[in-house]
Amino acid sequence: MKASAGGYARAADVRHALDLLSASGGMGRILAGGQSLVAAMNMRLSEGDMLIDISRIAALAGVEEQGDRLRIGALTRHAAIGRDPLVRRHAPLLADAVAHIAHSAIRNRGTIGGALAHADPAAEFPACVLALDATMHLESLEGSRDVAADDFFQDVFETAIAEGEILTAVSMPRALPGERQVIREVARRSGDYALAGICLVRRGDTHRVSAFSVGPRPMLAPGAMAALDAGDIDAAVEALQGEIDPASDTQASADYRGHLAGVLLRRAVAGLQGEAE
Amino acid sequence: MTIRFDNPDRPNSYIGKTVPRPNAARLVQGRGQYVDDVVLPRLVHVAFVRSPLAHARIAAIDTAEAARVKGVVRVFTGEELAAVCTPWVAVLAHLKGLKSPPQYPLAVGRATWVGEPVVAVVATSRLAAEEGANMVDVDYEPLPAVTDMMTALDAGTPVLHEEMGDNLAFRRLHEQGDVDAAFAAAHTVVEAHFTTARHTGVTPEPRSILVDWNPAEGQMTAWHATQAPHMIQTVLAQHLDIPEGRVRVICGDVGGSYGIKVHVYPDEVATAAIAKILGRPVKFIADRLESFNTDIHARDHEIVARLAVDEEGRILAMDVDDWTAIGSYSVYPRTSAIEGNQVVNLCGGPYDFANYRARTSVVFQNKVPTCQYRAVGHPIAVAVTEGLVDMAAARLGMDPVEIRRRNMYRDNAYPVTSPAMMRFEGLSHHASMNRLMELMDYDGLRAEQAALRAKGIYRGIGIASFIELTNPSPFMYGIGGARISAQDGCTVRMDPDGSIVALSGVTEQGQGTEAMLSQVVAEGVGVSPDRVRVITGDTQVTPYGGGTWASRGAGIGGEAALQSARALRHSILEVAGAMLQADPSGLDIRAGQVVDTASGEARMPLEELGRIVYFRGDTLPKGLPRELVQTRHFITSDYPFAFTNGVQASWLEVDTETGVVKLLKHWCVEDCGRVINPLLVDEQIRGGIVQGLGGALYEEIHYDGEGQLLNGSMADYLVPMAAEMPDMVIGHVETPTMESMLGAKGAGEAGTAGSPAAVMNAINDALRPLGAEVTAMPFTPERILRALRVIGN
Repeated sequence: MKASAGGYARAADVRHALDLLSASGGMGRILAGGQSLVAAMNMRLSEGDMLIDISRIAALAGVEEQGDRLRIGALTRHAAIGRDPLVRRHAPLLADAVAHIAHSAIRNRGTIGGALAHADPAAEFPACVLALDATMHLESLEGSRDVAADDFFQDVFETAIAEGEILTAVSMPRALPGERQVIREVARRSGDYALAGICLVRRGDTHRVSAFSVGPRPMLAPGAMAALDAGDIDAAVEALQGEIDPASDTQASADYRGHLAGVLLRRAVAGLQGEAE
Repeated sequence: MTIRFDNPDRPNSYIGKTVPRPNAARLVQGRGQYVDDVVLPRLVHVAFVRSPLAHARIAAIDTAEAARVKGVVRVFTGEELAAVCTPWVAVLAHLKGLKSPPQYPLAVGRATWVGEPVVAVVATSRLAAEEGANMVDVDYEPLPAVTDMMTALDAGTPVLHEEMGDNLAFRRLHEQGDVDAAFAAAHTVVEAHFTTARHTGVTPEPRSILVDWNPAEGQMTAWHATQAPHMIQTVLAQHLDIPEGRVRVICGDVGGSYGIKVHVYPDEVATAAIAKILGRPVKFIADRLESFNTDIHARDHEIVARLAVDEEGRILAMDVDDWTAIGSYSVYPRTSAIEGNQVVNLCGGPYDFANYRARTSVVFQNKVPTCQYRAVGHPIAVAVTEGLVDMAAARLGMDPVEIRRRNMYRDNAYPVTSPAMMRFEGLSHHASMNRLMELMDYDGLRAEQAALRAKGIYRGIGIASFIELTNPSPFMYGIGGARISAQDGCTVRMDPDGSIVALSGVTEQGQGTEAMLSQVVAEGVGVSPDRVRVITGDTQVTPYGGGTWASRGAGIGGEAALQSARALRHSILEVAGAMLQADPSGLDIRAGQVVDTASGEARMPLEELGRIVYFRGDTLPKGLPRELVQTRHFITSDYPFAFTNGVQASWLEVDTETGVVKLLKHWCVEDCGRVINPLLVDEQIRGGIVQGLGGALYEEIHYDGEGQLLNGSMADYLVPMAAEMPDMVIGHVETPTMESMLGAKGAGEAGTAGSPAAVMNAINDALRPLGAEVTAMPFTPERILRALRVIGN
């Protein structure tokens, strides 16, 4: 099918993008890497959008250290995150996740802000930032606000981004010495959306666990985290399987996904010890 | 005169060598010309309103809003196109009892699957046509959908086509020997229920057609991505009331076919009908969603089968009950009964046994029609046969290779007729198996498997022997009344510069037909392949032929090319003899030079001969035949089909916690007779294997109970991709067919025929110590875990 856009404008800077968004009468859609939006338009799942292209706003791309935090601009491409030395040192989970995201052509275009704002429950980055206890930075004509990852992802493709807001960056605490970050997933084919996936971060004696493709949004698993803090892997698996809410589709049933999440959590824990996958 | 194929150093020895593909540089430089690249003055585009329901009465159609959309030229309903296009009925006389209702280019009165074209909107751009299609208002009254294969014939199931009486399209029972007695007396009987999933051949280039009607000449020209230009010529002429000679089908570059592009599709005939009505060129390019809900599907089978063996593992009898659901129509003109019929013909194929019963039941469903897709019926028959043979071996505690060796036809047993009444001219099952054992180091792998199993790593080896039907005679379609040529032709001519032009009725779909033809003609005439230009895919230009399907391009088209090239060589030498005042029988053509056969001494370059023939014919003796053009046609006549054979092996690892199968290596030894181009044959085998692996592990069209297609995109319908594919080792045994000088049989489908069975057997070999077995393709991680009872049913 041929896409049917309502209009297109290229934003020169964030303020310009916000003005365009405000003037769009609710039809505005932010176009960044376009790897999900353009596909949806080509399937006519999304019609009549006023596209606001932010892809040339250089200030929105890049990775920097800010005190004890790492800040990643929303327009930073997946491929750039995969090879960025700061990400590798301070948030290796994101760098490791890149290898699981689609294929090179998509990684060269897709942006982390786009992936987080799109909030696909099967995508890697949303689950990663949840496990990393990250903060989302939003801007609107009224000003800026920060939203914790825990509060950001609400439902399938739904986030805390309000009308007139743009996600401009994500930041997270820098990894501490000795911190371990592990991502494990199973997909039917390399680059496919995962049938289930687990992100596990061990910071000091505490653990954070998030799961993807097993619910309507990336799922934090506090019960599993507490059990891991207590050193009880079996209890963690049991807790996780009670905390996720997998669905059935043509690729796999909810039962299979639930089982797989448990297997992947055990493998992620094994990965903490540096054991082979 | 024969060619000494056994001597690789013979002059002009291009047959049997890897030569460059003449179209490769053009295609990789983006200089190919596909249908969508063709743009004509006054071109319009058509988009189709397709049924959103699996079965519905079309109560009313309102096109008024659509007609007002900017750019829309005209909107057509089924009744309007039926007025200029007669319906077709896809039956063949030799498939006794096959029935199917008349089918129109657009649904008339009733829609019978999700995706069936209902209204056509023609506009100045595809976008405008789609906008118009969105504005068409069709009032559908839902009818009950028939979506379950195994209950299609139950009394409580609605009849899809009332005038057909029931939902049974075709049934065939074949019985040879005393099957019941053999089973009753058998030492061991194994039985299993196999499922092969409905899937489709995903072509990189979607279905594409551009049709122009020139009323001044009364001529229709169709640029069409098709495997069978002459067949399409006939179909368009017949149903649009045009003399056959006034329909020209041009088939330029085609981006993959796999059998998908050898059928008649209603939306493509509608495009031609619209061109005739409007008197201007109309283009239809299917988009990917349309591919999934209109390209033919295939392989939707459920089979219960039994195998009886004696205590030595010798096969006593085989009993197969095959069911397949074809969609709402049999597909024109090849029909949708062939696949089930092939299952009956091919089960048990490699094995020498006496008692065989097979039945196929072909039922209608409110789904996309199914038809012939690469290796038609073979993957199903091979999976059933090889699955049962492995189960019997396991029951007897026998090695899977040993049980096959005890049952395969001896290599010196030919000619022989199988219990399915297939006639084999010459096969090499044992030689192929021996070669496979060497290539894969079978004993070494078994040792490795045992060592890893002790560490909790589950690897499996799967073997699958197979036969493959190639080079079909008119017994495939012609005897049933279809105007589908089993014969093919080639015209070869020499131009004044000594270059050669070959026009062939077989077609290039991306598989390398033109490379094959160029080297056959080069050797036949005596020039280098780069001096041969090959022209295919134009019904107004090439000799009449069948095109490319059923692995016939090299065996039929290649032989016609060789015969015509040899005839041209003879003509050239006749002329050369007169010019050189030499006996033509003492002359030869080598590397574009007329030479003295005995000494190899150059006598005259072909361009000099061409100069004289074409410009100084006055210097040649009056009455000397000087036609530097020859045409030959070839058809097989001794056997209905040239069967090939081979054996594949898969080596894989099953993750018993996740159910994921990792393919580690794959082997195929096959015998396609004379190998013309080793690289092209190997790549055909590899590509075929990959397509079979898709069916084994990934590809499955999902419908819900209402007949809604659930996975109509490349994100949801999984095709095999490079990262998951194993290294593949290809070996050959060559048993040339004696029907032709070339001796080539087909190679395009062997990979697909055997690889699903090899993978199934390897998975089951890996799982056997755990007491699990899978027989329902594709073998998804979930199905494997269910078989392992890791998750419940």
